[in-house]
Amino acid sequence: MGAEITAEGLVMTYGDVRAVDGVSFTVASGEFFGLLGPNGAGKTTTLEMVEGLRKPQAGSVRIDGHVPSRREPELQRRMGVQLQASSFFERLTAREQLDTFGALYGVPAGRTDEMLEQVGLVDKADDRTEDLSGGQKQRLSIACALIHDPDVVFLDEPTAALDPQARRNLWDVLRSINDSGRTVILTTHYMDEAEALCDRVAIMDAGKILELDTPAALVRGLDAPVRISVAPGTLDAEAARTIAGSDDVADEESGLTITTRDPARILTELAHRDALDGLSVKGASLEDVFLDLTGREYRA
Amino acid sequence: MNPPRMTAFKSLAVAMLKGFFRDKMAVFFAVIFPLMFLALFGGLLGDSGGSKIDVEQVGKVSVLDDAPKEVRAYLKESLDIHRTTDEKAAIRKVRKGDADAMITQRGDTLVVRFSQADQVKAATVQGTFQGIVQSANIAVTGQQPKFVLEADQVEDDSLSTIQFFTPGLMGWAIASGATFGAATNLVVWRKNGLLRRLRLAPVPTWAVVLARIAVSVAIAAVQAAIFIGVGVALFGLQLTGSWPMIVPLLTAGTLSFMAIGLLAGAVAKSEEAAVGIANFVVLPMAFLSGSFFPLDGAPGWVTAVSEILPLKHLNEGMLDTMVRGEGPSSALLPILILLGFAVVVSAVASRVFRWDD
Repeated sequence: MGAEITAEGLVMTYGDVRAVDGVSFTVASGEFFGLLGPNGAGKTTTLEMVEGLRKPQAGSVRIDGHVPSRREPELQRRMGVQLQASSFFERLTAREQLDTFGALYGVPAGRTDEMLEQVGLVDKADDRTEDLSGGQKQRLSIACALIHDPDVVFLDEPTAALDPQARRNLWDVLRSINDSGRTVILTTHYMDEAEALCDRVAIMDAGKILELDTPAALVRGLDAPVRISVAPGTLDAEAARTIAGSDDVADEESGLTITTRDPARILTELAHRDALDGLSVKGASLEDVFLDLTGREYRA
Repeated sequence: MNPPRMTAFKSLAVAMLKGFFRDKMAVFFAVIFPLMFLALFGGLLGDSGGSKIDVEQVGKVSVLDDAPKEVRAYLKESLDIHRTTDEKAAIRKVRKGDADAMITQRGDTLVVRFSQADQVKAATVQGTFQGIVQSANIAVTGQQPKFVLEADQVEDDSLSTIQFFTPGLMGWAIASGATFGAATNLVVWRKNGLLRRLRLAPVPTWAVVLARIAVSVAIAAVQAAIFIGVGVALFGLQLTGSWPMIVPLLTAGTLSFMAIGLLAGAVAKSEEAAVGIANFVVLPMAFLSGSFFPLDGAPGWVTAVSEILPLKHLNEGMLDTMVRGEGPSSALLPILILLGFAVVVSAVASRVFRWDD
């Protein structure tokens, strides 16, 4: 199970635009790897070169030593690809889609039931894909990518266009994908998704990888302050400013927010003053990392 | 083919076939719509040769009423008699064209009033009743008639209509089915990413193409079976000896139309555009290829243009083998032309083909 992926100096230009501009990374066997960035960052083009859909103009890709753009059947049998929620045969039921994709890989028919079970679509098996909801289509699309039990799975923005509820439901399915030691590469423009799912994340912008590490290490490396908020009227702003360790205090209608690099001390003091109503503590997130790296607000 | 490729080919073909037969609009336009034309042409034009004379009979007319049974049965085939008592109303009907003739008997005189508006009908009416009166006169003398007339037309009018229209409309139906099928299939699969998805599966491209060809040929076979079945059962279509040659003809024709469809699908940016382009090609092609009416009287440039259209050659080949009674070898040239057309247009299509947008 699993496979090692090496991308070395990938370049792809469209006209004057360098969509991917010297991207290198390696993904270890069994790793859940994320390509994170706003639209147009070059994630999908990078993924397409790794999958073998596009031949890089410069640089190289190896999956366990194979060159994916050569489209060798032995390699393709080990690859599972989820492109888009709508990449289905027209007017077939969920079961028929899985049977058809299974047949392309020479998979026994019994796998279909297994996959329907795994992505929670057993009761939708005989519905046509046109009648499924966005989240159900995504599940089916992932099931189609996993039908032949691949070693490497590519997921291109699997939760795009889903509402937050459906998105989180899908995360459980996505997490289970690499339980069995599969290598997974995921592109996403959701920071929280990358944080929740990926072992390591490459943050991309304008065709380049800005930073590559585990989500926790990326946030740690930021040395970003923590924001502690309490409900309005719990504590007056003047008193808050006197607390040692508070870097900044913002008194807004929604409540009082203290920015600090020493959250333990502030929280102790707040507890001491019995001023913990409506408490919330926000650490730095990948959003802050992106802001720090690019100087721009993150906008998906 | 090794087993997995065979399964891949089969499952792709099955998926495409299911997709087609579950698409009610596609089935309607591929089968029902052309059949409506066949019924229309077969029914309307087929009837024109032998329509009956509408006769308003006022009072008793002994030459008709007292005629022997066989004669009455014979007359029934050509006359549609409606009995009435109001002579003036009957004449008004004839004048307005609601009836072809009014007859009544005054003494030993058979009075026939007809309208000269339809000269053919007028002549038929006069001739028919002239004949009836003559035979009645002979019958009164009690003698056997000395001279006998035997009349038989060289062709059956209604038959030649259906004979001509079945191959032509069938060709049009098959051209539409194969062109639209290939064009929309290509655009939809390219737009929804299925083409890319298949490219990343361990399936050779030719297996995908072959599956599409097999499906298009199968659909054409279904269309042909329904057309010929309906033509024979309902409209008296008579097939001539070498009609089985339509199998290779239709296969070659389907390949040419698929090539047109693939070109339309490769060029078009959206499904709507693909359908538009296919329509723009197929409908004029059907007219210029004689699918709806014979091109015998068409000007030279029309005939010249029609020579480059695959449907023209398919129609010619089908007419020759299905109804004109030509030998199987008459299909060979059309088949070669159709295959050549398919190769050339496919080559062009493959040059503009894209896996994704």
